Amino acid sequence: MPTLWFILVAFMVAMYVLLDGFDLGVGIAHWGVGRTEEERTLNFRAIGPVWDGNEVWLLAGGGALYFAFPPLYAAAFSGFYLPLMMVLWCLILRGISIEVRSHIDDRMWRTFFDGVFTFASVLLAIFLGAALGNVIRGVPINDEGYFFLPLFTNFRTSAEPGTLDWYTVLTGLIALFALTMHGCTYLAVKTDGVMNARARKIAGTSMWLVLALTVLALPATVYVRPEILGNFQKWPLGLALPVMAIGGLIAVRLAHSRGRDGWAFLASCTYLAGALGGAVFGLYPVILPSVGEEKNTLTIYNSCTSEYGMKVGLIWWSIGFALAAFYFIHLYRMFQGKVRQQPPGYGEAE
Amino acid sequence: MDSALLVHRFHFAFTITFHYLFPQLTMGLALLIFILKTIALRTNDPRYDTAARFWGKIFGINFILGVVTGIPMEFQFGTNWSHFSRFAGGVIGQTLAMEGMFAFFLESSFLGLFLYGEKRLGRLAHWASSLAVLLGSWLSGYFIVATDAWMQHPTGYERTADGTFHLVSFWALVLNPWALWQYLHTMSGAVVTGSFVMSAVGAYYLLAKKHEDHAQIFVRTGVTVGLLACLFQVFPSGDQQGKMIAKNQPVTLAAMEGLFQTKKSADMMIIGQPNTEKMKMDNPVYVPGMLSVLSYQRWDAEVKGLDAFPRDQWPDNIALLYYSYHIMVGLGTMFIALMALSALLLWRGKLFYSRWMLWLLMLSFPFPYIANTAGWMTAEIGRQPWLIYGLLRTADGYSKTVSAGNGMFSLLGFLGLYTLLAVLFLFLIYREISHGPVTSSKGGAH
Repeated sequence: MPTLWFILVAFMVAMYVLLDGFDLGVGIAHWGVGRTEEERTLNFRAIGPVWDGNEVWLLAGGGALYFAFPPLYAAAFSGFYLPLMMVLWCLILRGISIEVRSHIDDRMWRTFFDGVFTFASVLLAIFLGAALGNVIRGVPINDEGYFFLPLFTNFRTSAEPGTLDWYTVLTGLIALFALTMHGCTYLAVKTDGVMNARARKIAGTSMWLVLALTVLALPATVYVRPEILGNFQKWPLGLALPVMAIGGLIAVRLAHSRGRDGWAFLASCTYLAGALGGAVFGLYPVILPSVGEEKNTLTIYNSCTSEYGMKVGLIWWSIGFALAAFYFIHLYRMFQGKVRQQPPGYGEAE
Repeated sequence: MDSALLVHRFHFAFTITFHYLFPQLTMGLALLIFILKTIALRTNDPRYDTAARFWGKIFGINFILGVVTGIPMEFQFGTNWSHFSRFAGGVIGQTLAMEGMFAFFLESSFLGLFLYGEKRLGRLAHWASSLAVLLGSWLSGYFIVATDAWMQHPTGYERTADGTFHLVSFWALVLNPWALWQYLHTMSGAVVTGSFVMSAVGAYYLLAKKHEDHAQIFVRTGVTVGLLACLFQVFPSGDQQGKMIAKNQPVTLAAMEGLFQTKKSADMMIIGQPNTEKMKMDNPVYVPGMLSVLSYQRWDAEVKGLDAFPRDQWPDNIALLYYSYHIMVGLGTMFIALMALSALLLWRGKLFYSRWMLWLLMLSFPFPYIANTAGWMTAEIGRQPWLIYGLLRTADGYSKTVSAGNGMFSLLGFLGLYTLLAVLFLFLIYREISHGPVTSSKGGAH
């Protein structure tokens, strides 16, 4: 049962990264794809009806983590206190900028919120990547099951690590470029003409950067946490995940060069799912490794809630998930198709 | 008191108080918009569609502020209250996670359809999306109230040797008797806010002689629904809530009412200042014997005063608790008077020409916000010194590893950011209201 919830939480986090990831990516590539104010308005129209539903996966995943593994939630959230507060501020600024920008048809107003949108999206992407890096590297958990991590120390991964060190900066950069690519593959689907061409181009460039950094990150991960190889030796089938990630990257390029925007987006999803899945697979059954005191490591077995709680949770979760999937399919079908500039006199979306 | 504890308490109190300014309006408006859409569907009167579209925009601005200020609430359980989360997460995490799965997905998906999809959906489907938004936001309210209700009146749990709470009965958690009345009281409070705001905007347009057609709809809908909600707020929901507190949290009742000494035929305090140093009320104005009647339905019933309980069980801020409660009740009483008078004038066909009454309606919209905030303060300060009533003290629940200085850093950040948000919010609402409910195709296009 703990394993099942581990998979479900990982699944929800992956849903968050795949879905909110593309609207984060739109934020990062916002100025690159949309050179004029009108084009940037199209970027917003491409994500307008769906972004907040995407972000709900963060809340739903967080909620599931909270009730299924309470000691982990308590330790991780208080331990990463400062970076999480900054994540919150970025989420606030980003949500506000998306919704508020369209309210006033004024160049300065819109430029300002374009800037806030990109600023918050870039920081969030880096934070997400760094968060994954921190979970892989581990944190100094004490005997009470808590830790408190400063933002940075000496940028080394050994004793007394900070939230940012060379390894987590690396994973943060990978996330930044990967989500840029992801967002651009989405924009390529949603736009046509010159914006479509720009989106493909940026997706292609980011793809190479992601590929280079991912190839760098594989040995780095093994160096930082050698234990991660254990599961791959035990179940060699797991090697499919990193292969999936690399394959997905290359497929983005192939699909775009054949003009298949939809396939490129799926390929980008495959990369993200493979990379995340690989990390999670390597960690299992650990959910937060301890550096220093090995015995304080949080695993799914010492952090899970009661058997009854997990069972009931599974029942309502399945119902809730079926409903959510239904809404999402409905919503995306409703707003499928490319966004285009409208002839003058035709009201704005908001 | 430990300074880190104070910082963490104020951190949560400030962010939740600011947050709740938005959901109380959206939950109230969700019902009112649904009513407008229903009338529009039945009468084919396009003014009601325009009215719903106008309030949809106000809803949208409030909704986004509610969303972005709501995310920090879920985070703070872990960041600032990690000890509480470690022990109780297995129970209250259930209701919080259910809110995400059942309410947020519903609300966010259908709000997108409601705001952006009017043209594509057709009349019936657009009406249905307003119903889905109503369901989503009201479900969300239930899960949050059920979470709070468990902290007020824990049910369906067992405690292991190390202090961890485990869920043993899902239905006892979800159908906590405390949650039912608290929910109804909270939701009708939200409807009071929604209907006061709607009638205030309508009254403003009537006074300014703008958009008078729609203004009449706003005032009529706001006053009719508002009167019903105000009455429901006192009876039965407020009355039942009071009885639950009398039964389960007698020390809270004593502090709320400013009852220092145990008394038969206890008095209901109307005005007065609690003097905890001398254990008495200063300048008391009261109704003799009324508290006994309200709490136990007998004139001679004995009500326990603060003196009946050890000091370490007393709520730690008796004066604030007493004032919060009295502000809530005092305002609630005035709301009934105001809405009843407006409804009478409406019924006689005079309201739209009674400028003095329209002035009162227009100026009264901030007070439901104050009353709802004071109500939540009564519930939460009244629960002190407990985080989980009778089981876990607030002083034992916060994140011991997060120092006062780190807590202060993010508290100041939130204070600054929320000040900016408040300015931005007021500016946007001002624009929407000065723009008004115009009958163009704006809003439906995509």
